[in-house]
Amino acid sequence: MNLTLRVWRQSGPTDKGRMVTYKVEDVSPDMSFLEMLDVLNEKLILEGDDPIAFDHDCREGICGMCGMVINGVAHGEQRATTTCQLHMRHFEDGAEITIEPWRAAPFPVVKDLVVDRSAFDRIIQAGGFVSVPAGSAPDAHSVPVRKEDADAAFDAATCIGCGACVAACPNGSASLFTAAKITHLSLLPQGQPERLSRAKAMVDQMDAEGFGGCTNTGECTAVCPKGIPLDTIARMNSDYLKANAK
Amino acid sequence: MTATIERGSATAPVNTPASKKTPTPKKQGGFLTSSNGKKVVMAVTGAVMVSFLVLHMLGNLKIFFGRESFNEYAHWLRTLLEPFVPYRTVLTILEIGLVVSVVLHMWAAISLSRRAGKARPVKYVAKKSQANGYATHIMRWGGVTIALFVIWHLLDLTFGVVNPAGYNSSPADRMIDGFDPSRWWVTLVYVVAVVMVGLHLRHGVWSAFQTLGWANKDRNKALRATAGLLSIVLVLGFLVPPLAITFGVVK
Repeated sequence: MNLTLRVWRQSGPTDKGRMVTYKVEDVSPDMSFLEMLDVLNEKLILEGDDPIAFDHDCREGICGMCGMVINGVAHGEQRATTTCQLHMRHFEDGAEITIEPWRAAPFPVVKDLVVDRSAFDRIIQAGGFVSVPAGSAPDAHSVPVRKEDADAAFDAATCIGCGACVAACPNGSASLFTAAKITHLSLLPQGQPERLSRAKAMVDQMDAEGFGGCTNTGECTAVCPKGIPLDTIARMNSDYLKANAK
Repeated sequence: MTATIERGSATAPVNTPASKKTPTPKKQGGFLTSSNGKKVVMAVTGAVMVSFLVLHMLGNLKIFFGRESFNEYAHWLRTLLEPFVPYRTVLTILEIGLVVSVVLHMWAAISLSRRAGKARPVKYVAKKSQANGYATHIMRWGGVTIALFVIWHLLDLTFGVVNPAGYNSSPADRMIDGFDPSRWWVTLVYVVAVVMVGLHLRHGVWSAFQTLGWANKDRNKALRATAGLLSIVLVLGFLVPPLAITFGVVK
């Protein structure tokens, strides 16, 4: 496959940045999107150019490091897939592909396609934890949890914090991420004592970071590689309302 | 084809510009300054406006029972709870509540869109909606369209300024003269505006359920259906009287 890429290049946080066009030749349809970028980077290095910086780690769709807006869609048009698990067979030979970093004020560009997602860490620090005595894992049946709750909590817990929800949201809102974390803890018995204070602290931190508000457009859940459902946001709203009513 | 890129550091510590340093959580303001709080304001004021629309629609349908019936209804609105309270007291209170709702709804909407604008200072070169972009396109500009229409609507049927029957006329006269076949374009504007209201409510009503935390996996279908049904009923209920007048069914 031969491709034309239009990639966002920005040498550092203060650089203005611009789109640059590259040709990539002899791409195998079996390559992942990141491997295709690796091929381009090797060529750039040989030519003495600066390789395109992008985040990646596990390359098996579970770490949440990779992520770029491909042809206007976070992680590309393939649903429920991270960029590293997106394969070139989904593109046509000769295609022109636009690649941009996540765009949000709380996610400043570090370099090229790498953004600083520390804002997510600070939202977690604000309340995304349970204060329980640590020790060895308790027996599985010592604290009963309804099957439906366990399933829903697990679904929410599959959030890998990649930030695609923010990137896709027309408001640059981090509601899906925050709601996933709140839902995962608030459905389990261990999460109950801090349930309301957690919702308040995390939502307030999300606001303080400069993320936008949720308008329930559903763009986030559509691009989420883990398919976190929109009703987690309703649960977050409910907990936040109750926390404020107190 | 390749362009030479100025070499930036790949792994070395990045010097973040002072303006982009870690945001220290500001002293938290009240509920109404939070994005969630503003959404709740939108949901609650939206509910007030939807309740008004339902009553307004039912009132409009009185035109099918004749001019007298319509005028009597309009008079009754002004004499509610009389003689316990003076003429027009209840209606004035309701009107104030409605105006306050409209203002708060607009305030929250403007403030949230400004927040959204600040959250994405650099726009995408390419952006493709994955959720059909319905809400994104219909809500904000739809709201502006509806606000402009309401101004026209008040000038036309409430104050009679742009109505052939004028201010010193009965409500039924203003309605029937206003949608006269010769003024077909007024009916057309009205149809477009009412459809905009319907589209706004289709997302807005469901969004309010979501904002108030009532939506969940089991209820979602029913809540979306409620929003859709309510929008359809309101659109039809508001379109039937003017169309009937324009096409000469009601004279």
